[in-house]
Parts: sequence; C-alpha cells; structure tokens
Amino acid sequence: MSERRLGRGVAVVGAGMTKFGTFPGRATRDLFVDAFQEMRGSVDRGLDPADIEALYIGNYSSDLFEKQGHTAPIMADWVGLAPRPATRIEDACASSGVAFREGLIAVASGLYDIVLVGGIEKMSDLPTEQVTDTLATAGDAIYEIPAGFTFPGFYAAMATSYMARYGATPEAFMHVGIKNHDNGARNDKAQFGARISDIMASKRARAEAKGRPLPDWADEIDFLRDERANPTIAWPMRLFDCSPISDGAAALLLVAEDLVPSFSDRPLHIIGSGQASDVALHDRSDLTSIRAAKLAGDQAFAMAGLSPHDVDVAEVHDCFTIAEIIATEDLGFFPIGEGGKAVEDGRTALDGPQPVNTSGGLKSKGHPVGASGVGQVVEIWQQLRGEAGDRQVADARIGLTHNVGGTGQTCVVHIFERRL
Amino acid sequence: MEVREHNGTSFYSYLAEEKLMGSRCESCRALHVPPRPLCPACYGNEMSWEEMSGIGELIAFTTVHIGTNAMIAAGYDRNNPYCAGIVRLREGPAISGQIIGVDPSDPESIAVGTPLRATFLNRGDDSGNFLAFAPVD
Repeated sequence: MSERRLGRGVAVVGAGMTKFGTFPGRATRDLFVDAFQEMRGSVDRGLDPADIEALYIGNYSSDLFEKQGHTAPIMADWVGLAPRPATRIEDACASSGVAFREGLIAVASGLYDIVLVGGIEKMSDLPTEQVTDTLATAGDAIYEIPAGFTFPGFYAAMATSYMARYGATPEAFMHVGIKNHDNGARNDKAQFGARISDIMASKRARAEAKGRPLPDWADEIDFLRDERANPTIAWPMRLFDCSPISDGAAALLLVAEDLVPSFSDRPLHIIGSGQASDVALHDRSDLTSIRAAKLAGDQAFAMAGLSPHDVDVAEVHDCFTIAEIIATEDLGFFPIGEGGKAVEDGRTALDGPQPVNTSGGLKSKGHPVGASGVGQVVEIWQQLRGEAGDRQVADARIGLTHNVGGTGQTCVVHIFERRL
Repeated sequence: MEVREHNGTSFYSYLAEEKLMGSRCESCRALHVPPRPLCPACYGNEMSWEEMSGIGELIAFTTVHIGTNAMIAAGYDRNNPYCAGIVRLREGPAISGQIIGVDPSDPESIAVGTPLRATFLNRGDDSGNFLAFAPVD
C-alpha cells in the first residue's frame, strides 16, 4: 500500500459536544447550537466565528428521524455562519467521522484555513420499531433486510461467526458492556451515568419498594445472563450489548497548523487518517473482522509512522459489544481471536495497558449515529489535554478514533498527537 | 427467450418462480449471487443467468427478538422470534436469508456449519417470495 500524506498539517483547536441522551422538544439545530457554543468556549485563545470558512456536517438520517433533509445549511444558519459553504456527509454511523476527514482534507489541500466539523442526530422522536427500520436502511434494502436482518442482528451474526471460529462465549461480550458502563459513569456527557452494578442496585431497590422478591444475582455477569433483566434483542446480543437510541451533537474546529498559535496552546495534531469501504456483509470472505477497519487503520498508522501499541487511548465504534472486540483486533491492539480475552483480562480497562472507550463508548455514552464520530474526537481532545477528570489516562499523548458505518461498509480511522 | 436484467427485480421475479438465480460473467466466469450487471472482478458486462442448486452451509446467524416492521407484520415478535442467517452456497457465493425449520427460541440449538437447502417463503401478503433456507433432512 502506498503511503499517503496530507498536503499540510492540520490541528484540532476546539471541541465541544452536548450530553448524549434523549431530549424531547429539542431539534438537531438546538443541539448543534449547544455543541458549537461549548466548542467555542474551548478554544484557548478565543474564536471569532466570522473566521470560519466552511462547515462539514455528519448526519445519518434526519430525513427519516425528524423529517428534515438538507440539514447542513440549517446548522450553518443556526450558528450564524450562513452564507458559508455547508456540506452534509452521510455514511451511516460513520457520517461525522467521514465529515471530519473531509474537513481535514479541505484544510490540508490549502482551500480553507479554518473549518467547522459537526455531527448531529436526533433519534428519539420515533418509536423504537421505526428507529429499527431507519437504522436498517444502512444495510442492503434489496438483499439483506428482506432476510429479516436488523442492525443488532447483523452484529449478532458476526458474533456467532466469531464464537464458532474462536470458541468465544457471550460472557466476553458482557465484559465490554461492564467496562464501558464503568467508564461512562465517570463521564457527565454520557447517556448512562451508571455502572452495571448501580443498575442492579436500583433494580433491587425498586423490587424492595414494591414488595417483590429481591433478585439474587451473584454478580454483574449473572445479572447480564438474566433474560428478564437483560432481554435478548438479537441473539447473542442482548439489551446491554446494544448502544442506545440517542440524541446529540458535537463540534470541532480544525485549522491549518501554521495558524495554531493564534488559537490554541494545546492543540491536537492530526497525524494519521484512513478510510475504506466494503461490500455487503454476506459478500465478505470473513465475518469475524471488518476489512475496511483494517485498511483504514493501516492507512492511518502508515501516515502517522506509528504502530498500534503507540496508542495511549482509543475510542472505537462499539455500537454493539462484539464490535469493540473485533475493532481491537482489526486495529492491531490484540491478535485476531484474542480481543475477547483481552477485555475479560481488563487490558482495555481505564487502568489497563490499552485503554479503549474511556468515554463509555457508544454503549454507555450514547450513539446519536451521525454525531458519534465527532463525539469520539471530543473524548480524545479531553484525554490528550489532560481534561478527562476521573477517567483521565495518565500522560496520554497519542489518541485514536475508529468510526464504522453500517456493518463495516464504511470505516474511518484517525490518529492524534499532543506535542507539548 | 425472455431477457431479464441482472438486477434485484429479476432476482425476486425468479424467486417467485422458486428459482435462486445468479449472474455468471461471460468474460471471466466469476459467479455473482445476488446478481449484478457489471462484473467487479473484470468489468465485463455480459452476464448470463445461472440457477443455483440452493444447497449451502450456515456461516452466521441470529435469532431476532426485536424485528423489522415487515417481520412484525408477518407475525414475529419477542415471544415468536425468527432466525436470519448468511448461507454460503455450494457454488461459492454467500447470501442472506431467513432460516426456517430451526427453533429460534433456542438459539444454542442452531449451529454454524449446518447444511441447508434454499426454500421460497411467502410471508402471507402479496409481496411475493422471499429467500429462505431450511436444514437438509
């Protein structure tokens, strides 16, 4: 593979996001205003919005979620940036990861010096069954969805393939959920600010208050094996294996490296970028890995001149727990077939040697699909600047984001460096 | 002979005739299931229809408790889950289909590697046949 380089250096100098959750009565534009304002406040030396030259907005399906198409110019308008060019990018759940890459390419090309990258999604207006169908449009509507596949179903199918090949059990997946809920409990932007053990305690308290028999779960795994407490969505994926239905927005400011001193004392330099596409799930020779993720990761590591073990903190696309295990293998953090054991052994925990999804991941932080890719970068921004509070990875210098669209028909990977 | 375009409309019209059909590239002989009009291997655009044996092997599956609206309309729900899977055909390509003749309420009884045979499923409305697979007796 030929090694690609950017035309010039680009850095992130501002980052903000809403809390992810469900916000009745608030449209994507309202959420985006909040993310923009937080981003603006994060720019060390201040930002005059008039200096922003263009917007790149990731948004999966406002058309179906809130009957609103053509969202990019609305976002530009609502943050006072009309008539600047505003472009919406749709690559399913990787929409804003790809929007980030398009913003990066635009600045690296020299066309612009200062761009705003955003991600938006408002999913909670629709009832769950319509959300299921809307997400399913990211699959192949002619050949996959008529078979009955849903998005949990696709990843569940990958999980059965993974289990058959490597002898993994559903418990490995459960450990991903436990870890990500532990991390999310330390993140005030997370949709679920509760550990699995907290959820168990509140269910016990509710049973007690209602005079019902107390559940006798021995531990978190025992709770997660309980079909009543953790119902199957698409076997072997249960409720706590699935990211939630979420609303949210996130925003980043990207500038050419030579402008960094006028914006930031502690920028994130973007040192690696990769993206790839792939065929429908059934057309792949291997269902236990996402080829586009491997390719995107290889491109990003080659551009950065780094290897996987140089990464101090990674945000990977855990739309379902199996997806995190596969991601950690595709990115080279662990050998193939060993990602499940790695999480069970605590190697991806906050205090482990390879922390993954310190934000709580999509599982606990929430997954407003078109906002998730930019939301991942917000976490890396906080980690590399030492602003991650209770979930800070000590002395984090290199961060990585891995954002997947659909079942891996799109994947985009970025690597960031703190130089000071 | 009737000429059918190598596309999804034709694929489903063949399913209505209880035939699982693929496209054979006339240039490089690559076989494509589902059918397609342009060969991604050699860019050949002369395709001929070829009927599949329908025999294959389950390579991945799930039992779906929260289904699509179409499957809910067909009568499936949390108490009546269905199985969806990916089947590698004896001829090489793999394709998605509903898996019938298994017990979706007991997913651990369903195994990757199970030999299957194609069947043509009408879900009780006028939307035609869907591709499904059932265990080979």
